[in-house]
Amino acid sequence: MRRLLLKSLVQGPLTEPAPSADENALVELAARVDRASWHRLGRTLSIREVDAGSCNGCELEIHALNNVLYDLERFGLRFVASPRHADVLLVTGPVTANMREALERTYQATPEPKWVVAVGHCARDGGVFAGSYACVGGVSAVLPVDLHIPGCPPSPSALLAGLLALLESVSKPP
Amino acid sequence: MTSLKQTILGAQAVEMRGPWPRCVVGRQTWHQAAERLQNGDWALMGLWGEPDFAHMALIECETSQGAVLSVACEEGAFPSVGRLHPPAIRLERALRDIVGIEAQGLPDTRPWLDHGKWGMRHPCAHGRAAPGPVPYGFLAAEGHSLHQISVGPVHAGIIEPGHFRFTASGETVVRLEARLGYAHKGTHSLIAGASLERAAVLAGRVSGDSTVAFALGFALASEAALAIDVPPRAVWLRALLAELERLANHFGDIGAVCNDAAFAIMHAQCALLREQVLRAAHACFGHRLMMDRVVPGGTQCDLGEDGARLLLSLVADVRKRFPHLVELYDNTSSLKDRTVGTGILTAALAQQFAAGGYVGRASGRAFDARRTPGYAPYDALQFEIPVVHAGDVNARVWIRINEIGQSLALIDQIIGRLPTGPVRAAGSVPAFQGTREGIALVEGFRGDVLVWVRMAGDGSVERCYLRDPSWFQWPLLEAAIEGNIVADFPLCNKSFNCSYSGHDV
Repeated sequence: MRRLLLKSLVQGPLTEPAPSADENALVELAARVDRASWHRLGRTLSIREVDAGSCNGCELEIHALNNVLYDLERFGLRFVASPRHADVLLVTGPVTANMREALERTYQATPEPKWVVAVGHCARDGGVFAGSYACVGGVSAVLPVDLHIPGCPPSPSALLAGLLALLESVSKPP
Repeated sequence: MTSLKQTILGAQAVEMRGPWPRCVVGRQTWHQAAERLQNGDWALMGLWGEPDFAHMALIECETSQGAVLSVACEEGAFPSVGRLHPPAIRLERALRDIVGIEAQGLPDTRPWLDHGKWGMRHPCAHGRAAPGPVPYGFLAAEGHSLHQISVGPVHAGIIEPGHFRFTASGETVVRLEARLGYAHKGTHSLIAGASLERAAVLAGRVSGDSTVAFALGFALASEAALAIDVPPRAVWLRALLAELERLANHFGDIGAVCNDAAFAIMHAQCALLREQVLRAAHACFGHRLMMDRVVPGGTQCDLGEDGARLLLSLVADVRKRFPHLVELYDNTSSLKDRTVGTGILTAALAQQFAAGGYVGRASGRAFDARRTPGYAPYDALQFEIPVVHAGDVNARVWIRINEIGQSLALIDQIIGRLPTGPVRAAGSVPAFQGTREGIALVEGFRGDVLVWVRMAGDGSVERCYLRDPSWFQWPLLEAAIEGNIVADFPLCNKSFNCSYSGHDV
């Protein structure tokens, strides 16, 4: 382990430069973030991830945000274990009928101000599962959505660009 | 006693292509098959149905002969297999929820995938109006000062939805019962009547981490049904994609197991290796998880010279760096203290439930679909199937470590011997009368994936069955955690890493 740690010390960080905030996301968010929330949150956001019935593809890429190359926490963005600690709900999946109530209750448990980010094609409109008896079809059918990050699944860079747009919108006075 | 082969010969055969035959049997033979499962002579590989028939896929353990037996439903019912062979219980509960056929004598009659939220019952049959949600009774655990902990469906980490009900005595787990179905998306119903292309896309989204395995299983089953010849280059490319998927998942999960024992450096290093595999996949095939790259008739991607060089340098890099991580894992006593002797799955249970993948192979069950029944190009490739017997978290980690070595060797061989030529079958399948069936069993990173498909004459899919290995692994997690402390559950759970979405479909 010593060798590994030493090597990590001398080789310098592996973390890559951040992508710039997604322009489309900035436009979508412009109308959503108000002065009050900017005051309260500054430059840090706590994220609660909710899998509302995804295939797990989105979760794999959200996980990747925590690896050393993307290093999400350097931006003041971090995943938290409870919705009660969260500013943002990051929701994936076509919202299955069986997950609807759990998603609603998670939203209710999240304190104001709060944002909902729908991740992936499924979360936008049900994606390939649209029309199923078992899916509600998109997060906006259940909760007010502030930002969509498309993709099947979106790459970690796309996720990062979307989240940075959210951070930028929240931390700049409107 | 009749062998599976004799049973097949004595029954009415149905035309189905693929490694195994299918035949319609009477209720008595069906019942006898359940007894053979109960005795451990045969292993259950899948159980599904349609309004008039129940089907089960079996393998004879001694001869590796496989078959699908079908029994006609009488007044919407068939003799329960789960009554004699517990691994079938959840499959039969799901079958009633989705198709509406009853397993007579099924000991557990609670709904499974149906939480009363669909607005209908039996969606893959007639879709009757639903009575609405009914309370779900968890199994009882009685004793002095027991307490319950309920977790999920929304978990603390970034994981799929499912509910776990622990009953604990102090720190020790007395009983764990999982309630699943939260990720049920009605995939089977969406595939029924869909075009082959759309069905392949849906099959590739049964479980995102196994998208190559499911797409491959679906492709093989539909190609068998339609008698499509896949060009050799595509056959080999598919195996390359499958091994890359295995590598990426094993790296991610080895790191995650260590992370659940609060050993972050392994997590960071393994996540880096995983990311490198995904980036290589993206550079070579245009998608990090390689979704929609395996399609009926071949592959949607090819490998250029640059791609081959990139993958070979990835293999070389992993060979250089991974052994240090293995050494770190194996020499860190505080970490091994958490993984050795934790969450032991007995060989008997692994055998009974025909546990696939590293779950089975860490408990002495040497089954790998790449060998049994086997499929191209693995018959032309050299690889070993690592097996250990300890059955604990450490054993499951070690199986994955050794499988990484095997996958690296396979990638080397595949790139070295990749045939030239096209990657898609030429021409289209002409319309035909009636229906055609195919079946396939492929080895995903988690274990064997079973796909059965019935094609209609116009080229659409009439019915399909996609069985994730998790169906037979989830119940074993409940057994493995018993007697362990609650704090070791994440460790045990991650070492199994069952799929929620794959199970719930």
